[in-house]
Amino acid sequence: MAFDDAYDALTDHEDDARWAYGTGFSDPLAGVPGDLPDGVDRADLAAYCLMLGDDALILSHRLQQWVTRAPELEDELALANIGLDLLGQARLLLTRAGAAEGRGRDEDELAMHRPPAEFRNVRLAERADDDFAHLVARLCAFSVWRLELLQRLTGSADPMLAAIAAKGVKEVTYHRDYAAQWVVRLGDGTELSHRRMAAAVDALTPLLGELFQPHPVETRLAAAGIAVDPAGLRAAFDDVWAYVLATATLTAPGVAPAVSPAAVLPASSSPAGAPSAASGGRDGAHTPGLVEILDEMQALARSVPGGAW
Amino acid sequence: MTVTFDEAIARDQRIEPADEMPEGYRKTMIRQIAQHAHSEIIGMQPEGDWITRAPTLHRKAILLAKVQDEAGHGLYLYSAAETLGADRGDLTRRLIEGRQKYSSIFNYPTLSFADVGVIGWLVDGAAICNQVPLCRSSYGPYARAMIRICKEESFHQRQGYELLMTMMRGTPEQRAMVQDAVDRWWWPSLMMFGPPDAESPNTAQSMAWKIKRHTNDELRQRFVDMSVPQAAALGVTLPDPELRWNEARGHHDFGQPDWAELKRVITGGGPMNEERIRRRREADSDGAWVREAAAAHAAKGMS
Amino acid sequence: MTSHEWPLFEVFVRAKRGLNHVHVGSLRAADHEMALHHARDLYTRRNEGVSIWVVRSDAVVASDPAAKESFFEPSGDKVYRHPTHYTIPDSVPHI
Repeated sequence: MAFDDAYDALTDHEDDARWAYGTGFSDPLAGVPGDLPDGVDRADLAAYCLMLGDDALILSHRLQQWVTRAPELEDELALANIGLDLLGQARLLLTRAGAAEGRGRDEDELAMHRPPAEFRNVRLAERADDDFAHLVARLCAFSVWRLELLQRLTGSADPMLAAIAAKGVKEVTYHRDYAAQWVVRLGDGTELSHRRMAAAVDALTPLLGELFQPHPVETRLAAAGIAVDPAGLRAAFDDVWAYVLATATLTAPGVAPAVSPAAVLPASSSPAGAPSAASGGRDGAHTPGLVEILDEMQALARSVPGGAW
Repeated sequence: MTVTFDEAIARDQRIEPADEMPEGYRKTMIRQIAQHAHSEIIGMQPEGDWITRAPTLHRKAILLAKVQDEAGHGLYLYSAAETLGADRGDLTRRLIEGRQKYSSIFNYPTLSFADVGVIGWLVDGAAICNQVPLCRSSYGPYARAMIRICKEESFHQRQGYELLMTMMRGTPEQRAMVQDAVDRWWWPSLMMFGPPDAESPNTAQSMAWKIKRHTNDELRQRFVDMSVPQAAALGVTLPDPELRWNEARGHHDFGQPDWAELKRVITGGGPMNEERIRRRREADSDGAWVREAAAAHAAKGMS
Repeated sequence: MTSHEWPLFEVFVRAKRGLNHVHVGSLRAADHEMALHHARDLYTRRNEGVSIWVVRSDAVVASDPAAKESFFEPSGDKVYRHPTHYTIPDSVPHI
């Protein structure tokens, strides 16, 4: 083996059939037209992409916080994969939001330079995990919901959203399986794990109602064939969720109403013209959990004006 | 005719798991592979701390994938150690009880995002220098794991260098961050090759068994020679006043790291030793109920 | 403590259609489904596979290295099993 250059040395093994080393990476969005569909309201489309993008970005952040803290090394790999998938979805959706908005904001401008009240994620995504049971319970509920959503979004009249959704369906199918298996293992594991799993399900239940509460932007875009009306996901979600919980020997608590009395931050600005009556994450009303996330995520990007990374 | 261990080594053949081997070889191999695995796992922490704070989403994805690779490399290596009869749970306990070592480099703190780039460039670069010869290590499962690790690691070094090149094109503050990180990581990187040959007690036996293929000083020299032009292309200064080209030797002369510091850091006196082990111990103990529950659930399925 | 440790699984990956599954390493998992998930996350991060097998390591039956001579060497002199054993004139086509 050559030793003068480490990279030359590595190529000695290029044909080594003992190891399958991956090739053939492809861009899932190659060839998808980026033009906006005719007649679509740009502000609505931008707001909708932010909603789905922020869901993924914020939950990915919660998963990133588990790195080096997972219960077993194999789960480090799994959680990082899921975090990467969601981060990838977020980047595509924020990029699409920026393009629809037409003000020159890219994914980083949108991720790093919006205040909490301009984030559009559901509050389920921002909650901190008390333990691994909370992590998998939330990931499971989120993935069951998002999979139903993305499956329907593959038929969107916006070809870019449809392509992003088709890519996401494959990823989230795996996330759902991974999380559901863990909900079952912990629910039907030891007495202690059952108790913790039940507590985790109870803790996230108040946040589920919001997932099915249509925002006016969603309603308008759903009518135009671009978005998915989340109200229509409820029955499918309930079926899967109840099945997972039953398999885990847990009982499904009733899903709470959309507006939870939990402490929320006021939604100061609503560029998409959202009403202030029903305030949830989609309107920019968040829990302190989001502020904590953004403090961590945005500080460095904001501290070096004009920085190149 | 059956090939004995000594004949296999002499003929440059690989030793495979079920083969007869001297107990000393087995123990040395387990210790070396385990320390290597521990280094990958502990090595997730210094950079992992920057994932949630990465300044762009692109860098965030790269860093998350990189730290994930390190978990993967740790697992490839534990897997190789288990072929020798070692048990991963036991090796983990040795790590968190401080009975087995890991690379001293990870006991230094990451103070700025430039550290992420410099770790990729210098620390992973030094690791590649150490590891490429290990792809020919006499123990088959270790050599095969190293091939895969080296291939994956080459992305790690390149992403680090590319990040630094980008930052050097940024603001004056960013250029200062890069130089500061280089100043802090250069000497610890040189220490990654271990003590000077004259003070390395295990080198002779490891070379005889073809576990190791080059001495510490040979590898260190190679690393310095590789790094000097890279530093120049980047526009940073390596913090060694004695560093200069020696025409007669055909190599760079360079100063000696502070070996007393290496000793201090290896024996637990580094700035981050306690924190690194504490985090690993916490993850292990916090996860115990989860692992137990999964085992209990699996046992129900089998009954 | 050891009783709660997960068993070891061996992992085999088919890199692409047309190739055999190849042993790539091992991992720890509590059950078979988890082993498949872990194998996917650990050994196919870079697009390395289209199919995975996992099998518990303690279910693998291996030949005895000490029996290597009686096991494998008797086939070493059966040179007539190889096509190059037979001499055919160059002038004879297609054989």
